Amino acid sequence: MSVQIWTFLFVFLTFGLYIGIAIWSRASSTSEFYVAGGGVPPLANGMATAADWMSAASFISMAGLISFIGRDGTFYLMGWTGGYVLLALLLAPYLRKFGKFTVPDFIGDRYYSKTARLLAVFCAIVISFVYVCGQMQGAGIVFSRFLEVDITTGVIIGMAIVFFYAVLGGMKGITYTQVAQYCVLIFAFMVPAIFISILMTGQFIPQIGFGSELTEAFGGGYLLDRLDGMSEALGFPTYTEGQRSTQDVFFITAALMFGTAGLPHVIIRFFTVPNVRDARRSAGFALIFIAILYTTAPAVAAFARANLINTVDNVEYSEVPEWFTKWETTNLIVFDDKNNDGRINYVGDPELNELEVNRDIMVLANPEIAELPNWVVALVAAGGLAAALSTAAGLLLVISTSVSHDMLKRSFMPDISEKEELRYARIAIFVAVLIAGYFGINPPAYVAQVVAFAFGLAAASFFPAIVLGIFKKSMNREGAIAGMVAGFSFTALYIIYFRFINPAADSADNWLFGISPEGIGTMGTLVNLTVALTVARFTPEPPEDVQAIVEDIRLPEQLLKK
Amino acid sequence: MSNQRAQEYWKANIRILLSLLSVWFIVSFGAGILFVDALDAIRFGGFKLGFWMAQQGSIFVFVVLVYAYIHLMDRLDKRFNLNSDADAKSNQENNEEKSA
Repeated sequence: MSVQIWTFLFVFLTFGLYIGIAIWSRASSTSEFYVAGGGVPPLANGMATAADWMSAASFISMAGLISFIGRDGTFYLMGWTGGYVLLALLLAPYLRKFGKFTVPDFIGDRYYSKTARLLAVFCAIVISFVYVCGQMQGAGIVFSRFLEVDITTGVIIGMAIVFFYAVLGGMKGITYTQVAQYCVLIFAFMVPAIFISILMTGQFIPQIGFGSELTEAFGGGYLLDRLDGMSEALGFPTYTEGQRSTQDVFFITAALMFGTAGLPHVIIRFFTVPNVRDARRSAGFALIFIAILYTTAPAVAAFARANLINTVDNVEYSEVPEWFTKWETTNLIVFDDKNNDGRINYVGDPELNELEVNRDIMVLANPEIAELPNWVVALVAAGGLAAALSTAAGLLLVISTSVSHDMLKRSFMPDISEKEELRYARIAIFVAVLIAGYFGINPPAYVAQVVAFAFGLAAASFFPAIVLGIFKKSMNREGAIAGMVAGFSFTALYIIYFRFINPAADSADNWLFGISPEGIGTMGTLVNLTVALTVARFTPEPPEDVQAIVEDIRLPEQLLKK
Repeated sequence: MSNQRAQEYWKANIRILLSLLSVWFIVSFGAGILFVDALDAIRFGGFKLGFWMAQQGSIFVFVVLVYAYIHLMDRLDKRFNLNSDADAKSNQENNEEKSA
């Protein structure tokens, strides 16, 4: 069977599964719609969190990016996993103990202020929208390449599916489809990785193959040494050495970590488990499930890089493999025969280099480059869609609860009934799906940069506000609001300046302390903390009942009763 | 804090957090970023140690840290005799749901 038929089959089967689960797990109350009734077992919540978290960026783009930047790729790897340690230790158990529905709920109650709540709603909606557009674009790439439908049709199909199960099931439906999507995506990521690892190094486990010797067919020697050697010979930077400055890598890693811990769609997953102890356990499961993919990704990156160079460098253009031509039609691989010798020169020097390979396609093209069976190639398409849709659904839910719960019920229309609130939640998802779909079809050219934006903003707004809210009892309304506004605007302005207003100045010489816009969220966190602590010193302490909330969040029930 | 036992519990909780977070910092920002070049001098198998810590090792340590946290908090709850129904309120809600 051809790749296309296999792909149709997998996509059809997995979509059918998601819809089936959605019908089975319809939500009937706001509690079910917002937090799945608070009854999700920790193992299932761990899987759902992992799928929610691992987006099209993790599945499709990350390994590809790493394979082009080598060791510096560590900021994605450590940033997007190390943030879970912060989440598990500093946020998840306390927010579960707090026991409401959303992040703005916490900010609004803890800082006893409608302004703080609305500010949190604003941040949550901006962050989630920025992020969801990237997911839709990822889904579009998969559809257009593997099903050979145009991107518009692809995005519409994807949106229709997400809309169906998000509107019907709310958090409950999303949770159980995410469990299924995790299984699909991890299977789809691991199978080709294992195949390629066996092929290239004879090792069954890719994490070990990463540090093993290549088989005779691939020229022998340790994979990473070979990769360093090939990179140097062709004039690319050495794979296992860093290119960016140490402080930049430091700040980017920290920004991604703080951002991870501050992303509302991840935080709300911990509201869905029965109690505090289960919140801790489910954070553990989530990190294991995430680590499976994240420790495989650098191996995949190295395999893909070595394989790509082996396959295309100095090859007659007329003899390129079929996948090469197919990706050329999507313009994601571009060959320009500068010296007219009919051969592909793939080298580091931009004057002589004749091949441009889009980083996003490395994971998708990898099984084809390694000549794996058709069903494995097709599996990757289904996995990419599972990753994109599961994250999109989680984000859409945040947008919808922010509107129906935080904006309407808790701020402007406190008198609406539960049934009406639920209706508004569904309408909000509908509108959000349409807007996200629009951006999926007409993607802003700068999606990759914009996603870094989401992390920077989450790091500079939510993360410090929540941590201070839990660990500093004297933190008050004035401090928190001032901190969030300062952190958010500082980060937003820095990124907007270098990315949109004056992109020509976007180089290490002009950056503040040599920190790139990707890493500025860490500065934003520090700005937020400094401003919040300073303002709080000179303004009145929070009222008694708020201090009682903090005690309640910190301590187990039994210790509070005394 | 409302009473002495509660205060002790919170302090012990903070101690656990600080010790685990220092390991977190040393492993990720220390070994993976600040001292990565120095550690690269050490090799095992096909890996340079610094590179391996940056791309894989630190992630394994993160998993261990979260499980250490789960374990230490369970032990803390036990020390304060909270393990039977640590979360009385939510357990109660659960039981109500089951019986309903």
